[in-house]
Amino acid sequence: MARIVGIDLGTTNSLVAYMKDGQPCVVPDRNGRTIVPSVVALTDNGLIVGDSAKEHLTRNPERTVYSVKRFMGKGLADVQNELAYFPYHVTETGGVIRIRLGQKSYSPPQVSAMILKELKLRAEASLGESITKAVITVPAYFNDSQRQATKDAGLIAGLEVLRIINEPTAASLAYGLQQKTQGTIAVYDFGGGTFDISILKLKDGIFEVLATSGDTHLGGDDLDRVLVDLFIGDIRDRYGIDVGRYPDHMQTVRLEAERAKIRLSDELKTEITIELPEDKGLFTRELTRDQLESLVVGIIERTLAPCRIALKDAGLTPTDIDEVVLVGGSTRMPLVRQRVEALFGKQPHCHLNPDEVVALGAAVQADILSGGTTDMLLLDVTPLSLGIETMGGVMSSLIRRNTTIPASAKEMFTTYVDGQTGVDIHILQGERELVKDNRSLARFRLKVPPLPAGIPRIEVTFLIDANGILNVTATDMRTGQSQSIEVKPSYGLSDTEVERMIEDSFKFAAEDVNARKLIEARLDAEALLKTTNKSLVDAGHLISQEEAHSIRATLAQLSNATGGTDPRAIRTRMTELEQTAKHLNVVMLDHSLKKSLQGKKVSEVS
Amino acid sequence: MGHIPCSFSLMDNHQSSSHPDTRRQLQMARSMCWHCQSEVTGEYFCDRCVKVQPVSKETDYFTCLGFPRRLMLDPQKLEAKFYELSRTFHPDFYQTKSADEQTISLSNAAVLNTAYRTLRAPIQRAEYLLALETGSVKDIRTSPPADLFEEILELQDTLEEYRASDRDSDQGHRLRSTLKTEQEALERRKHEMEAQLQQLFADWDQLQDAGEATSLARVERDRILKQMRDLLSNRTYVNNIVNDLAATIA
Repeated sequence: MARIVGIDLGTTNSLVAYMKDGQPCVVPDRNGRTIVPSVVALTDNGLIVGDSAKEHLTRNPERTVYSVKRFMGKGLADVQNELAYFPYHVTETGGVIRIRLGQKSYSPPQVSAMILKELKLRAEASLGESITKAVITVPAYFNDSQRQATKDAGLIAGLEVLRIINEPTAASLAYGLQQKTQGTIAVYDFGGGTFDISILKLKDGIFEVLATSGDTHLGGDDLDRVLVDLFIGDIRDRYGIDVGRYPDHMQTVRLEAERAKIRLSDELKTEITIELPEDKGLFTRELTRDQLESLVVGIIERTLAPCRIALKDAGLTPTDIDEVVLVGGSTRMPLVRQRVEALFGKQPHCHLNPDEVVALGAAVQADILSGGTTDMLLLDVTPLSLGIETMGGVMSSLIRRNTTIPASAKEMFTTYVDGQTGVDIHILQGERELVKDNRSLARFRLKVPPLPAGIPRIEVTFLIDANGILNVTATDMRTGQSQSIEVKPSYGLSDTEVERMIEDSFKFAAEDVNARKLIEARLDAEALLKTTNKSLVDAGHLISQEEAHSIRATLAQLSNATGGTDPRAIRTRMTELEQTAKHLNVVMLDHSLKKSLQGKKVSEVS
Repeated sequence: MGHIPCSFSLMDNHQSSSHPDTRRQLQMARSMCWHCQSEVTGEYFCDRCVKVQPVSKETDYFTCLGFPRRLMLDPQKLEAKFYELSRTFHPDFYQTKSADEQTISLSNAAVLNTAYRTLRAPIQRAEYLLALETGSVKDIRTSPPADLFEEILELQDTLEEYRASDRDSDQGHRLRSTLKTEQEALERRKHEMEAQLQQLFADWDQLQDAGEATSLARVERDRILKQMRDLLSNRTYVNNIVNDLAATIA
């Protein structure tokens, strides 16, 4: 079976990992960096992703997308109150958010697909084989629409998503593999944009999730915003400048807020320096850990309610928990650790790298699916209750939250009116009584043969698969015939739209590949320019004036080409230079060899 | 929109009271393999082509988990069997198999999960057994214990009075302490009923183990089931009130 990689598609950072000799490992780039910032920027050379895109956050804020995960599977109304924090332009078409980048609009799954493609390429470059299958992680508390959107992102990126797996449970796999723990553990996963708590029982290789809870809109981003508000308030008071009107400076403030927060996990106080707009100079102030903590304590407290709910749902008390595992960058904050320790009454575990552990776990799950690991099995749950709308706008629950998946429920439907040919069904997810307080997932119309009222009997099966994604099938109990159901998602791309996006992604793949080739060609050209220049300095006196001259000319041409946007032109000039400098390199080698042999006896050389 | 609640759709309705429950054979597989059409004698897989077999629609949850219809099940053994069967059916282990096998594994795993969830909790297990044995598809209606009816009516009034009152006033405090006392009394009553249920569970298991087909045994069986139904119905009612009280005065 082809290799399956594990991908952590994070709000802030993303990683790809795979199983190597029974151990999961993260794929680094050529510089050894394992993390790809989840940032996509539109530049003059096309779309770029990751570290290089991150540099555009302040230079090109309107055309640089970050934290796109917060928009996955959502409508515009869901995110209205935080749009002011994002410099890029967000609209809605057909119930799906669209992000404007230059002339084109992209859905969140398309933007996420760009990040996935970058990870795919990275894995392909490192492993030397084509990667087409993946396990992708999502927050445990993601609803059906958000999971579906993640799956769509994979498809658009040219990846078959064999499994959507929950981040805290992925972490528990990596953790369990290393620690060989038995017992009950709580995984507290506080990331860049989302919070999850999962309680698991580990026994004989079975990882049984007892309960999960969380908040898909609570993370490090929210901590940063408190500091952003503090700083822009300060700047307004001191300089009378509204930084909010300068998107590029807003990004500078946001990034400095994030860095200050990170620094204060190790230090007790730190100095803030922010360049002001309108050449007003620098804004500086001091921030202490105490100040930060008093500002964010309310946000951190918000993570504790889901913890208590999960414990209650699992039928446990804090003393029943044997170990607490911390996942996600935000758990580096000392205050977070204190609160978690106070709640569970024991010191949390944090010796696994909280940035990498989710991707490592995804790789373990990938290995289970490909038949490599057979002694471990994850039994996960659905985070939210699933139901349908009944009379009076009330939700009738079919599958309760924290039910082990796969889970199914059957419901019998009939008609109230003679000759009625259809029954409209509205599927919901959530814990509230009324339809309006829950999440609308989808609607569909059940086809019914025209018969007297009450005679038709259609059995509908709602099945939540191992990805936590809903599948609906219907059977006419009178005839035994099953009917296919076309479900219209309330917040998501339709199948045809996803197909079009896949096509588009191939169409624009050429463009994307060109941007990538250009970046790589430039890097290689720079390396060649550097070594050739050095050879000229070291051994230039050993070749003819003419030869040196022609090498210098080719050097200049290559240097010129790297300023352009045609990767092939750069490669051609590189080949030319390699040819022209061939003799120089031979002379150079000879020269250095002679130098190293000077003063040595023949016996030492042979 | 018309929808008929049907909570025990996987249940075997026509296996009714007529024959005493003997230790059943596992009936996981249909008699013929869906793939190679040869006879299936093994539990979950075809002997010939080694393909996984679908759990029969007629299989009840006890049979599915390989337990007799008893009410005092060992939770450790139940869990061990659930884990074993999860390793047999979970879709994770069918990723490299055919689409048909994947579909079967998915639906088998879903049935297994429902079966385990139902049998794991003693109260739910008893409700399920009652439905199986009496052939009733309706949920058990909750009803107040007859002797508590007056008291519960009064309690409802106090609850409403408390909800309308200023919680920090003297009246609020007084009502709150009344409710607290009531809550404790009802919780004691709930525990009493649960102890009675435990006794009935034991009686049931004993009767089944004896396996006698006498008319006396039939009378005893009907007595146990009737009392169990009444107790379950009362217990759930009281439990709902206790939860309601706890939520209101918390």
